Amino acid sequence: MSTPYKTIARDGLWDNNGVFSMLLGMCPTMAMTTTATNGLGMGLATAVVMAASSLLVALFRNQITQEVRIPVYILIVAAMVTLVDLCMNAWMHELYKVLGLFIPLIVSNCLPLARLEAFAAKEPVLPSFLDGLFMGIGFTIALTVIGAVREIFGAGTLFADASLLMGPAFKFMEMRLMSADMGVLMMILPPGGFLVTGFLVVAKRMIDLKAGKAIQMGGAHSVAA
Amino acid sequence: MSMKDGTLKHAFILGAFCLGFGVMLAITDQVTAKDIAARALEDKVNSLSQVIPASIHDNNPVNDSIAMQDAHGKELTVYRATKDGKVTGVAYEIHGSGYAGDIKLMLGVDAEGKVLGVRVLAHKETPGLGDKIEEKKGDWILRFAGLSLGNPLPEKWKVKKDGGQFDQFAGATITPRGVVKAVHEGLDFFAANRAKITEVN
Repeated sequence: MSTPYKTIARDGLWDNNGVFSMLLGMCPTMAMTTTATNGLGMGLATAVVMAASSLLVALFRNQITQEVRIPVYILIVAAMVTLVDLCMNAWMHELYKVLGLFIPLIVSNCLPLARLEAFAAKEPVLPSFLDGLFMGIGFTIALTVIGAVREIFGAGTLFADASLLMGPAFKFMEMRLMSADMGVLMMILPPGGFLVTGFLVVAKRMIDLKAGKAIQMGGAHSVAA
Repeated sequence: MSMKDGTLKHAFILGAFCLGFGVMLAITDQVTAKDIAARALEDKVNSLSQVIPASIHDNNPVNDSIAMQDAHGKELTVYRATKDGKVTGVAYEIHGSGYAGDIKLMLGVDAEGKVLGVRVLAHKETPGLGDKIEEKKGDWILRFAGLSLGNPLPEKWKVKKDGGQFDQFAGATITPRGVVKAVHEGLDFFAANRAKITEVN
């Protein structure tokens, strides 16, 4: 049993998007989307961990028994997070200084766990790796968009500090759209996170309705069938 | 297979995974430990050079340190900048309690007890709100330079919300409050140990 790669990609990026369709990983989504740059950083780190842990779970899917699968999955995700944390601290120190804050939070994200359970536990290695990767990229896109909306309304900037995350070459991305005084502080505070996420979920479903698609309601179990 | 055999088997599988990933993490830790320590030292040299201007010393403060105890009895390393054999400034770590745990800062003080500079070494404050205490995310932390125990007066060593003279950030009061308190306590430490800190051996 194998899912076509195109379906995997479309599921992860849009149809079954971790945030906008399945409403998973709400804790990092709310906490890390105060700016577009933060959302992007959190998303990328999550994508790496998801791709790696999906690959490992698929590799060992015949050895992991039903009864102990949850602790093993958590073990694998936590090990991958620690691994990424250590390696980044040692060899990508500049990036680590920016992202280091977010990385331990990935363990508390239920999206990786949901994809391991719903996909990697049943599918071969390559599709599982791609599922983890595309779900991670979909998560990154969602967090970046939410972060961008909150940042624009809350602080009047877009991609502030992007050069700290990706190097001086990305300085051009940093924009100031309105004066800081016009920012609505609430958008940066937790209520803004819920409001923006809610409106974006509605927007995504309206686009799906217009396109005549059946709305995929939340659920970690809705594997592409 | 009996129930007992099944339990054993699951325990064995779980144990094997724990062992495997434990070994993997231990190896990674071994491999990265040296580089991480080197990065931490680089960061320290960097933060020292930010709070002690190069013009006031002719030694390397990282190599001229004395071990002391702070007001709470905790170990504290004081790095000293000397010029022509005289102590011209010192730097040491101070700790503030922030919104999400400890904020580690480096405080530089000149021989007269005036702040040379303060920089954040590590913190867990909310990105986008409390992290404006970092120099690269805002110039708030720069305003401590030149201040001392008597300037401003003790009752003004607070954030504005508490009646003091330091700005808080929109959406974050606890973080700057913790930093202001830490800097003030750091200056208290200098005043209390001034003789020992500036003594030339």
